[in-house]
Amino acid sequence: MPDSGLLFWMLLSFGVVLFVLAKFGFPVITRMVDDRKRYIDQSLDAAREANEKLANIKQESERILMEARNEQMNILKEAAATRDQIVKEAREKAHAESQRIMEEARLQILKEKENTLREIRFQTAELSMLVAEKIMRHKLEDEHQQMELVERLVEEAQNGMAKEKKD
Amino acid sequence: MKLTMDIMKRHLQLLMMVLAITLMPLSLSASESSGQEGEMDVKEFIFEHIGDGYEWHITTVGNTHVSLPLPIIVYSRTSGWQTFLSSRLTHGESYEGLRIATGGDYKGKVVETLPTGEEVRPLIDISLTKIALGILINSLLLAGIILYISRWYRTHTYRDNAPKGFTGVMEMLIMSIYDGVIKPSIGKDSERFAPYLLTAFFFIFLSNLMGLLPIFPGGANVTGNIAVTLSLAICTFLAVNLFGTREYWKEILWPEVPTWMKCPVPLMPVIELFGIFTKPFALTVRLLANIMAGHSVILALVCIIFITHRMGAVLGGSMTVVSVLFSIFMNFLELLVAFIQAYVFTMLSAVFIGMARVKSEKSQNS
Repeated sequence: MPDSGLLFWMLLSFGVVLFVLAKFGFPVITRMVDDRKRYIDQSLDAAREANEKLANIKQESERILMEARNEQMNILKEAAATRDQIVKEAREKAHAESQRIMEEARLQILKEKENTLREIRFQTAELSMLVAEKIMRHKLEDEHQQMELVERLVEEAQNGMAKEKKD
Repeated sequence: MKLTMDIMKRHLQLLMMVLAITLMPLSLSASESSGQEGEMDVKEFIFEHIGDGYEWHITTVGNTHVSLPLPIIVYSRTSGWQTFLSSRLTHGESYEGLRIATGGDYKGKVVETLPTGEEVRPLIDISLTKIALGILINSLLLAGIILYISRWYRTHTYRDNAPKGFTGVMEMLIMSIYDGVIKPSIGKDSERFAPYLLTAFFFIFLSNLMGLLPIFPGGANVTGNIAVTLSLAICTFLAVNLFGTREYWKEILWPEVPTWMKCPVPLMPVIELFGIFTKPFALTVRLLANIMAGHSVILALVCIIFITHRMGAVLGGSMTVVSVLFSIFMNFLELLVAFIQAYVFTMLSAVFIGMARVKSEKSQNS
């Protein structure tokens, strides 16, 4: 039969130990290990996520790099095209300008030529007038001849007016 | 369970073998030299070592017994409360009408002599006996160890690295019981019952190990005493039945069986009610029997040496070798049993508690 004294001591000391350990012993340990377990799980999840993110970022960066390269190529291409166009335009412009300048020069020359010709004509006319005056002065020393010339001039002038009216 | 059965079977076989070996020369020596001085009584020797006592016998040098006297605390019918050291009662001396009985029903216990001349036990005997002191030592040791390691958890956070050394080993042990036994058996409420189950496990395990130590402060057969195992079983009984759900009591008092098995004659409820008490009884006896058997076998093996030496040097010498080898083997086996029995007690307690925490299927579905 179980001894009552031993039962007493056992229940007492086991009860006290149980109380102390249930209050200050085991829950502290098990709770912290559970917390640590949860923390490790979380850390693993976080690491996995970070890895995935890193892989995504890598992909992203490669994509961005590719895009940048394409962009660069496009820009270069465009720049080349623009340059060619500018050069072409400049050339055309220069061509047009030179054409215009040439035209102007030609017109100037033509004008100058006309002026010169007019002057020459004028001078020639003046000269011929002088020559004609001198000749006339010399020829119209007699009356008769003077009259004859006047008549002829008048006639000519009348003809000329009629002609003008006709026109 | 199967493992335990195997080990018990093995114990039984070994016990039989050892008894056959020990009893044979005993009967021989009894017939040859009965009544000789210094003859060894194996049965008494073993029961003295695995039993309780009012003093803690440490060793005997020559004819001097070196033992630790322990306080006797009794309430006598005639003289009231008495507290004194057991050294006053050695060799059958009496003190205040109290003495240790040398024979009869109360052999080895403190008895008092009534005025009528009748010898009876005092009304209350809460003497700090060998096993009681063992219980106190083991309790203090257990509390000390667990509080020591729990200090680490107080001074660290869960972000720190796991502990190393002794604390690490204890953590592994605690968590293997917590995660491997308590959680699967109880489930949701495991946090509530874990302190009790862990305390029970470590108390039994530590007591088993201390019981294997041959000298003070070990050597007290704590878990091989029925009062200790009964106390533990009572704790489990209380944990099971005080926290049993309504469904648990319904299954006991009105189980789902055909009505004729429970209505006019409450056959099933009686069986179920009986089952409430057989569970802690099984826990009590299983632990007690395993530890007591182990201690008995080791002691019997040691006894072989002394018995066979009386029968001649050659037999004695050869049997000594055999006995020491067997003792070593048994000690290793007992180390295993120390863990297994603590584990089994905890596991069964957890299973019983888990069974008492059943929820009805309706509430489980909702």
